[in-house]
Amino acid sequence: MFAQMTNGLDFHSKALVLRAERQRVIASNIANADTPGYVARDLNFREAMANASGSSSTLARPETPTATTHSAHIPIGGLSIGSLGSNNGLAYTVQSQPSADGNSVDLDRERANFVDNSVRYESTLRFINGYSKTILSAIQGQ
Amino acid sequence: MSMFSIFNVSGSAISAQSQRLNVVASNLANADAVAGPDGQGYKGRQLVFETVPMGSDASAGVRVSSVKESSEPLRRVHNPNHPSADAEGYVTHSNVNPVEEMVNMISASRSYQNNVEVMNTAKTLLLKTLQMGQ
Repeated sequence: MFAQMTNGLDFHSKALVLRAERQRVIASNIANADTPGYVARDLNFREAMANASGSSSTLARPETPTATTHSAHIPIGGLSIGSLGSNNGLAYTVQSQPSADGNSVDLDRERANFVDNSVRYESTLRFINGYSKTILSAIQGQ
Repeated sequence: MSMFSIFNVSGSAISAQSQRLNVVASNLANADAVAGPDGQGYKGRQLVFETVPMGSDASAGVRVSSVKESSEPLRRVHNPNHPSADAEGYVTHSNVNPVEEMVNMISASRSYQNNVEVMNTAKTLLLKTLQMGQ
């Protein structure tokens, strides 16, 4: 019975971990805004969340489908990307304005993402707080 | 605690950007320096940034990989009355372009501010996380 009560809490705590993860990725992008050759990354939250809540282990490696538009293309879904280790739903962002030094960070977008993500992080926190308050008042029965 | 590494990442960026500001300051200070008797004037310096992985693949910091001297030719100005003028009456100055350095400075300062803001936001979020359940 208690497990049912904390189900919602579980969901939000997973979301919180992923939000923190994304916050980290975006912070790295902003930190590397001036590094030549740096490729911006982002976390596909929907995919990562589906992965985290679908399987028992959080942050399982997602099966990223790759589009093959030619019969000679080799699907890379099963391959692990060597230096990146296990890929936790991390993807590379699409370059909006090509730059000469090969850096693909769009600072405006990253800042918007950062603010957006911190608001969502905070709202997840509030959900958790509300949930725990609900459970506490149920336990106390007052 | 995964969010704590934001401080490492942004901290590395801040130190890299402040080094860049330092280099800009020395370039600007030496913009009008005159070459000595050996004819070797001050050459503008530029930093090369490099990504450095921090812990997991999700966080990537920055470090200064090298300091490069500008390969532009030194500025030669005709001024025969100058004490440092050579036989043809030319004085060799540094190859620093003050306009480029000013732009570089503004860019570095903006990046610095961005990273400070990132750290502040991360700090606020962590403090709120600490108060969870209260």
